[in-house]
Amino acid sequence: MTAITHHVPDALLANYAAGNLPYAFSLVVAAHISLCTECRAQLEAHHVVGGLMLENASKEDLSADLKNNVLAQLDDAVAPQEHYRRSGIYPGPVMEALKGKPPRWKSLGLGVRQSILSADHDSSLRLLYIPAGTAVPDHSHNGLELTLVLQGSFSDDTGRFGVGDLEVADQHLEHTPTADPGDACICLAATDSPLRFRSIVPRLLQPLFRI
Amino acid sequence: MLDTLAPLEKPVNPGLRSGQMSVLAGLMDGDGLNEAETPEFNDQTIWMLAVRDKRDRSAFALLFDYFAPRLKAFVIRSGTSAGQAEEIVQDVMLTVWRKAALFDPHRSQTSAWIYQIARNRQIDLFRKNRRPVPEELDLDLSDEPDPSQIIAMEQEVGQLKDALARLKPNQREIIEQAYLGELTHQEISTQTGLPLGTIKSRIRLGLERLRHDLKGMR
Ligand SMILES: [Zn+2]
Repeated sequence: MTAITHHVPDALLANYAAGNLPYAFSLVVAAHISLCTECRAQLEAHHVVGGLMLENASKEDLSADLKNNVLAQLDDAVAPQEHYRRSGIYPGPVMEALKGKPPRWKSLGLGVRQSILSADHDSSLRLLYIPAGTAVPDHSHNGLELTLVLQGSFSDDTGRFGVGDLEVADQHLEHTPTADPGDACICLAATDSPLRFRSIVPRLLQPLFRI
Repeated sequence: MLDTLAPLEKPVNPGLRSGQMSVLAGLMDGDGLNEAETPEFNDQTIWMLAVRDKRDRSAFALLFDYFAPRLKAFVIRSGTSAGQAEEIVQDVMLTVWRKAALFDPHRSQTSAWIYQIARNRQIDLFRKNRRPVPEELDLDLSDEPDPSQIIAMEQEVGQLKDALARLKPNQREIIEQAYLGELTHQEISTQTGLPLGTIKSRIRLGLERLRHDLKGMR
């Protein structure tokens, strides 16, 4: 396995830490961090700053019984939260989006398949299966697109992307990603829908591409 | 605009306290640590470890006294109604108790760990999907702790804290807003001038202690 060379840009990571990203983007970021020690360390560094902000926060008076209520609940039995673990090539956050089941692939032709994991007003998320040597079909992203490789690799004008690598593309990047020879390439891809294009994209790209 | 902020000066090393000296000296001599040389971690770390390792309720009460009023102010500032704020405070503090086994002082600070729990909780309340979070790394609590790493982590954080304190009030305000989720994006970037590089390296060392877990992750 080669090392991860394409990471989450820090501006995107800071926004993930602060909770500013739409669902699909934060899921891709969480999946990358599940695979990448480098970005995990950077995320935890952002949490340190957040923690210092918490330490510096002013104090708000609490209801008189709040502390006792909490202390009284320490021994309560709690239903364990559903917890999805990595399965094969799919990191925990992807398994959570799949609700623990294998992807339901739909053919897009030429051997390319997709499995849509979520689509809502501000972002959509899917898995793509691209046979070796095949180009990713015209996937017309209008705004920001994050692509995380889970199996195999693909290449385009900007470089080669192997397992764990994250490609960050905006609408100005004319690229034709093509799966490299070998295993079929399986990626997790998030885009923002045209609806949110105007609001989210300029904000996300400003620090990344210095628009 | 944060990109107009001047980069922070490199913080001066605050020096070691005597207790830390003896620990480090002990480690350098190759001696094991004995009881008399219990390292001087900060109060929050001590409370959190007591909660994690001994399920110590009085330590938890101290954590509550410190964090609960701050958490309440913090979540109100980031858009939660006063009524709902105490519910979140309660959930967060109970999570601290229940998930304490995940706290790793070799790479995290108590406040950072609680911050992340609080943000997750708040965001979950606004979204239909649970906020996606990275896979948790399993800690092996039977591993010998490394006090020098924990102390070094605390020192790095202390330096960052000093650096933040030296910011002009309006600059600090922007950073506060960013981490509270009040800003939507443009100001949070690498251009904040926040010296996160050294902290990140230190956290990496903490993560590498878990290498046996990280294996097979690539
Ligand atoms: Zn990375």
